[in-house]
Amino acid sequence: MLDISDIRRISYDVLIIGAGGAGLSAAISASQEKGIKVGLVCKSLLGKAHTVMAEGGMAAALGNVDNRDDWKIHFRDTMRGGKMLNNWKMAEIHARNAPKRVRELEHWGAVFDRTKKGLINQRNFGGHRYPRLAHVGDRTGLEMIRTLQDHGIHQGIDIQMECTALDILKDKSGKVAGIVCMYRETGEFIVFETKSLIFATGGAGKAWEVTSNSWEYTGDGYGMAYEAGAELLDMEFNQFHPTGMVWPPSVKGILVTEGVRGEGGILKNSEGKRFMFDYIPKKFANETADTEEEAARWLNGDKNARRPPELLTRDVVARAINSEVKAGRGSKHGGAYLDIATERNAEDIKKKLPSMYHQFKILAELDITKEPMEVGPTCHYFMGGIKVNAETTMTNVNGLFACGEAAGGMHGANRLGGNSLSDLLVFGNLSGIKAAEYSKNISSIPKIDDNDIRKIIQGATSILLRENGSNPYLIHEELQKNMQYNVGIIRTKKEIENGIKEIDVLKNKFKDVKAPGSSQFNPGWHEALALRNLLISAESVSKSALLREESRGAHTREDFPSEREEWIKYNIVSKKGKDGKMETTKILRTNPDEELKRIAHSELNDLEKEVKIDHNKLKV
Amino acid sequence: MSKRDFKIYRGDDERGELVSYKCEITEGMVVLDAIHRIQADQANDLACRWNCKAGKCGSCSVEINGKPKLACMTRMNEFEEDQTVVITPLKSFPVIKDIVTDVSWNYEQNKKITPFSPSKKDTEKDFVMMQKDVDRVQHFRKCIECYLCQNVCHVVRDNDAKEKFVGPRFMARLASLEMHPYDRADRISDIKNDHGSGMCNITKCCTEVCPEEIQITDDAIIPLKERVVDRFYDPIAMLFRKIFGKKK
Repeated sequence: MLDISDIRRISYDVLIIGAGGAGLSAAISASQEKGIKVGLVCKSLLGKAHTVMAEGGMAAALGNVDNRDDWKIHFRDTMRGGKMLNNWKMAEIHARNAPKRVRELEHWGAVFDRTKKGLINQRNFGGHRYPRLAHVGDRTGLEMIRTLQDHGIHQGIDIQMECTALDILKDKSGKVAGIVCMYRETGEFIVFETKSLIFATGGAGKAWEVTSNSWEYTGDGYGMAYEAGAELLDMEFNQFHPTGMVWPPSVKGILVTEGVRGEGGILKNSEGKRFMFDYIPKKFANETADTEEEAARWLNGDKNARRPPELLTRDVVARAINSEVKAGRGSKHGGAYLDIATERNAEDIKKKLPSMYHQFKILAELDITKEPMEVGPTCHYFMGGIKVNAETTMTNVNGLFACGEAAGGMHGANRLGGNSLSDLLVFGNLSGIKAAEYSKNISSIPKIDDNDIRKIIQGATSILLRENGSNPYLIHEELQKNMQYNVGIIRTKKEIENGIKEIDVLKNKFKDVKAPGSSQFNPGWHEALALRNLLISAESVSKSALLREESRGAHTREDFPSEREEWIKYNIVSKKGKDGKMETTKILRTNPDEELKRIAHSELNDLEKEVKIDHNKLKV
Repeated sequence: MSKRDFKIYRGDDERGELVSYKCEITEGMVVLDAIHRIQADQANDLACRWNCKAGKCGSCSVEINGKPKLACMTRMNEFEEDQTVVITPLKSFPVIKDIVTDVSWNYEQNKKITPFSPSKKDTEKDFVMMQKDVDRVQHFRKCIECYLCQNVCHVVRDNDAKEKFVGPRFMARLASLEMHPYDRADRISDIKNDHGSGMCNITKCCTEVCPEEIQITDDAIIPLKERVVDRFYDPIAMLFRKIFGKKK
């Protein structure tokens, strides 16, 4: 029998799981609170989290490039992009606070690209009315994570690298009391006792075959929170980024930044036609160029010209590429052509999109300053996630907080590009503050039951100790194929039902998963441990997708091809039922604040006039 | 399609051996794909680090046929069909397991560096910096911390003078801080004494292996060495300081 007294323990006031943009932001803000001991756990080495892959920029209404911008316009863009299903309050908090957080990042040492006047430069992106994305070429995520990392290591945060979280510990009353983790290098188990926990664990894009996500994206936060009694919100909204690499096969899915289109890149089919003009949704027709001539004027800076259709929201562009390929007009390897070479000179391309140039040159042996890229949809982001209170980021489990991609609600049915990095900063910061406040009000760490620790550790070691069983890598590959085929970008009732059946089969296989080798740095074991969370995430996605009988944002049902009025009233929530099975139900959304509703539904012209008046008042 | 030969180091810091594997290679594959295939089919417990698979995170640094490289950016068609691809861990750091090394020393170096320090007054308003004034700082900030430069640095590698020199990666970081228009800290004496700028003898091995093509030697190390020389060895400046006191 396992002797629990042999397991090392460390205590914190606030413990953050995940060290990407959200986790680091949360750790920094929590550590500013006096007398609060902060820990930060990450699966990889510090500075390697998925945020590093973000390319295009972070959206904030700084108004440096176009001073007509304002939080109200950013808020309206975000709500429209999210098809009005966003959590109203979160979208407001995000739009209002993003500029402050971006400036703070600059003050911590981030070096953004500059405008001619020497301010933070901003670029155009899909769904954003004005140039709004603060950026550094096409490596904004790297700049963000390095800045937070280099600032964070001097804030007295205790950092635990290459450490995997296994499950949450609660006291008898249901409050968070700690978490059991395992150091990947040695296989040693450790108990972190803590008054509050922040999950900044990202999404679960590794459930699909074609994905821009790295191995870390296995829904650990979703799985652990679900097991602890938290609710998962709107998990059917999975963003397929329209432009992932499609060739060669080994790099299929790797992200091609939306910045390519922001800088003027155009999409063409095999007939050489610029097809996006055929896919402009009614709702966006007034604000989108309908001729190549107007789009060209816009690119040259004509403020009266409307935006090119390539910059429509991601859900629209992804579906358009999908339709072109299905209609037999796809590129050589089954995607669309993305051409920047005809729109910009080679020097500009290398300056604005250096890592794209590098990536294609090496991985595809293609020079993007001369030839078009081949791109297609790739699973990229979870709009859904752990359900939180907008103003505190706390879940329905006392002491458990969530932020960033791990949390749901902020982006509704579809996220605008650039709103993720700003989300990480805004809600990471808020989570840290609120969790520290919560912990301050608790006198001592809630009591942990040793049996709970024992159960978690035995569950993990049984995977190694078993004589034989299923190969975790192969279960994962089967799950990816299943999600890709049955719960992919275009969905139908029959396919989703098949998908759910297959997940049940895989859950059974998982029960006797076996990882050979020892507990020391054993990727097979790590893969098996992550599978539980990935399966929970996939099940929640599929069940929510089955329930939502409409097409909205990133969730496209072929059997219910358009938005349905009755569905705007509901969120979908998955939680663990009393019988241990997943319950997925629709819940009524709360009514929005009237003022927010008014802003989101305003005509653009009216809102722009209003903002002008607001700005003039500030000047006086 | 063809089966190709691999030899991968299996073991820890004390003992280990090159183990042979065969792996099917298809068009466009990189070395990291082959490692993953071998891991999934033949060696579930083969330890390797990776994340982004696109040369952006710097996790999968290894030595391939003796050359320090990112496994995700090394294409299989760089090698002859009949050439065995030998994958070994970075030589300058202790092996944890297989091709994974303990790079924690680098994190310790970073912590020793005085972080970005603007004045409080400056942070009360927007920074105004011209693009040309931050071009070079941005050039250093492209670094993905793959530590390939640390791995090939003669000081770090051969002489094992890890106590005396922070290594090229952190010279580049120091340069990015020193050249930031709003930074107010003075690191010149630290660069000489604690960070060991004098240890580098400018063989440029670090620059050669940098996957981001950062001109570490020419743009970072040499200018920092010059600043140290100006401060500590310039006779006129020394006299000036004697008379008028040290520059704050």
